[in-house]
Amino acid sequence: MLVGAPAADAVDTLCLPGPDQACIAGTLRTEQGVLADVKLTVTAPDGTTSDVTTSESGKWNLQVDKEGTYTVKIDESTLPKGLVTSGEVKVQAQFGATRPALIDIRTASYSSSTSKFDELLQSSVNGLRLGLLLALASVGLSLIYGTTGLSNFAHAEQVTLGGMVGYGLVNVAGLPLLLGGVLVVVICAATGYLQDRGLWQPLRRRGLGLTQMMIVTIGLSLALQYCFQYAVGAGTVRIVTDNPSVRSFGPITITNQSLVAMAISVVVLAGVGFALLRTRIGRATRAVSDNPALAAASGIDTDKVIRLVWTVAMGLAGLSGLLYALVTNGIKWDTGMQILLLLFAAVTLGGLGTAFGALVGAIIIGLVVELSPVLGMPGDFKYATAMLILILLLLVRPQGLLGKPQRVG
Amino acid sequence: MDTLQSIFNAMMREALSPQTAAVAIAVIGLNIHFGFTGLINIGQSAFMLLGAYGFAIAVWHGLPMVVGIVLGFAAALVFALILGAPTLKLRGDYLAIVTISAAEIIRYVGRSALLTDFTGSAQGIPGSQYRNGFTSLSFFGDGDFTLLPFNYQDVAGGSAGVRLVFWIVALACVAAIVLVARDTERFQGNARVGVLIGLSAVLVVLLLFLFPVSTQSTGVNGWWVRMVAWVLVMVCVGVTYLLVRSPWGRLLRGIREDEEAIRSLGKNVFAIKMQALIIGGLFGALGGMIYVLPASVQPDSMGRSLTFFCYTALLLGGAATIFGPVLGSVLFFAGRIVIKTAAAAYIPNSVMNGQQTEQFSYIVVGVVLMLLVIFRPQGILGNKRELRFDV
Repeated sequence: MLVGAPAADAVDTLCLPGPDQACIAGTLRTEQGVLADVKLTVTAPDGTTSDVTTSESGKWNLQVDKEGTYTVKIDESTLPKGLVTSGEVKVQAQFGATRPALIDIRTASYSSSTSKFDELLQSSVNGLRLGLLLALASVGLSLIYGTTGLSNFAHAEQVTLGGMVGYGLVNVAGLPLLLGGVLVVVICAATGYLQDRGLWQPLRRRGLGLTQMMIVTIGLSLALQYCFQYAVGAGTVRIVTDNPSVRSFGPITITNQSLVAMAISVVVLAGVGFALLRTRIGRATRAVSDNPALAAASGIDTDKVIRLVWTVAMGLAGLSGLLYALVTNGIKWDTGMQILLLLFAAVTLGGLGTAFGALVGAIIIGLVVELSPVLGMPGDFKYATAMLILILLLLVRPQGLLGKPQRVG
Repeated sequence: MDTLQSIFNAMMREALSPQTAAVAIAVIGLNIHFGFTGLINIGQSAFMLLGAYGFAIAVWHGLPMVVGIVLGFAAALVFALILGAPTLKLRGDYLAIVTISAAEIIRYVGRSALLTDFTGSAQGIPGSQYRNGFTSLSFFGDGDFTLLPFNYQDVAGGSAGVRLVFWIVALACVAAIVLVARDTERFQGNARVGVLIGLSAVLVVLLLFLFPVSTQSTGVNGWWVRMVAWVLVMVCVGVTYLLVRSPWGRLLRGIREDEEAIRSLGKNVFAIKMQALIIGGLFGALGGMIYVLPASVQPDSMGRSLTFFCYTALLLGGAATIFGPVLGSVLFFAGRIVIKTAAAAYIPNSVMNGQQTEQFSYIVVGVVLMLLVIFRPQGILGNKRELRFDV
């Protein structure tokens, strides 16, 4: 299994692209490690060739002074025994940029094309990972909807906030990841508490309608998005900058970070589920979610419950954003905006307002999004499958999988 | 003084720009959805994008412009049917969720590399590919001209004192309009309308006199596209006026206030909501076609933010009013450019750089949207009692 270096920062001997120079670079490695001292031949568009040799760490680069399509070919005689390669690859060189050349190399014993079944397994694991991260955020979204009736369109921005705070604490301020992570959750939970205290509770007291409140969340989402852009710019920022280490289980390859992230998600979700089912405050939350007026009449302090829900929901969203940024190698000002669609699909699929429905919905949506490219959906449209499911579901079972029919009409 | 003059010049230029007019038309459509019928459509930008794609792709591939316009409308119509069918029987927030998701999907599909031949993927379709047919219809000729050629520079050489006097007169004019509009006892009926129209006309002339706008006659972003855009805005305002005064328009408000009551009168609420969604969506598609005429079809420039701007403009001007969308759009774009240029001019670069002034202006927009909904949901022209509805 191949993998080439994605960008110039991975190159040992430096190649600096300039206004009239371009760089082509890559890393040769198999699933067993990098390949040193392999000769490559690079053919320029005008037919001239030049040779490069990979370094100790398997990296190579070449500076060229013409734009155009270059062909990179491996000299197979210099490859260690037992390796096969697709041989050559074409790269478009452009001035001022470093272009990666990715060449497939694998051990001959390694099945040359991964079987459909292995691919399905790998995608299922990726889908499960995405689903668990989505579940962290969507459980909170669903609880807020259940207890207050509000569809919070700024929820996705709270996910971004988690990643951004993580970037600030761990990458910029240099805190250790674990301490930083805990702080991220605390800070995000605090934003939830303050939001309810300073914004949502006063609005509920004023008797502002739900439609109006929904538009307030839209305004908040817009303001937050541009606050992120104001603070860190439009590019992707990373919480930890070293490359993640990879681990394989049979046909499945996964980064250690993903494994830890999945474990944390499972533990936290189990904790939330336990709290909802077995503790007093959890029962009170479900009661408010079921029928706020009745809950208030039977002596439950609904304001307290709602504030707790906001605090926990924002903490979970922050955690989700932090883990998302860790497993996908970075976060951007509009990351939240991209997954908002998936969050809403998950919450609606499970049934608006039901916490466990959101969990089930999130896992299903995560799996669907990751599996649909394997099953023939073009990769660009994988988010569209989530949308398709949402529309079909609303046609046949609008209350969602675990919802109650009286809520929808 | 010169900084202020340049800020206000930029403001006037933005207020008259064809993209402001395009958004105004989309907001008129959104007003039919949200203001009159109470449908929470958070995907108006998708209607705009579909209209723009239908038009641009058809013309780019050599079809006549009329076919392109029809295709743009058809795309929006189909989109409205697909979105409306599953959601209009459910609670209002389902429509909100589905529209916002569908708008994102349309954007993803537009960006997809698979459709590069049609949509130009993320780069979009450059305006030069579809604009020529429209600009060649122009009878404005070449060169450029200034709207209201007689301006402040012709009086005492444009000295600061003279300008200051006129600025104060313009402010007084605004104050007079506000006073007349609020005083429903002394000014009534036709006299009130007459005074308001008269004062507004004086204000517009004064503004053009103080902040002259000069641009090409035909070109990419010239007077020709501006005139067509603003004439279409006026047509759309007229159509909305006729629509909402009709029996059908009364049904829309009825549905907004109490769906069950309308159903009990034997009306097909689902069908009426669907008609409202389609008509508002068609306005959106028209807005989208105009939006891309002076620019290019860029899926990313017509994303969620654009819908949010439409909402801000609508609530600023006043939902469920006839002129609210137009006033709101003009004030929104003019106001944003004032915030941006003022921040660039007066806040030192060490505190806020050029990129950040842009983002700062959008942060202000978001906060203004929140404050508007909380403290003045009826906007400038609206009636507070009309906007107490809920999903």
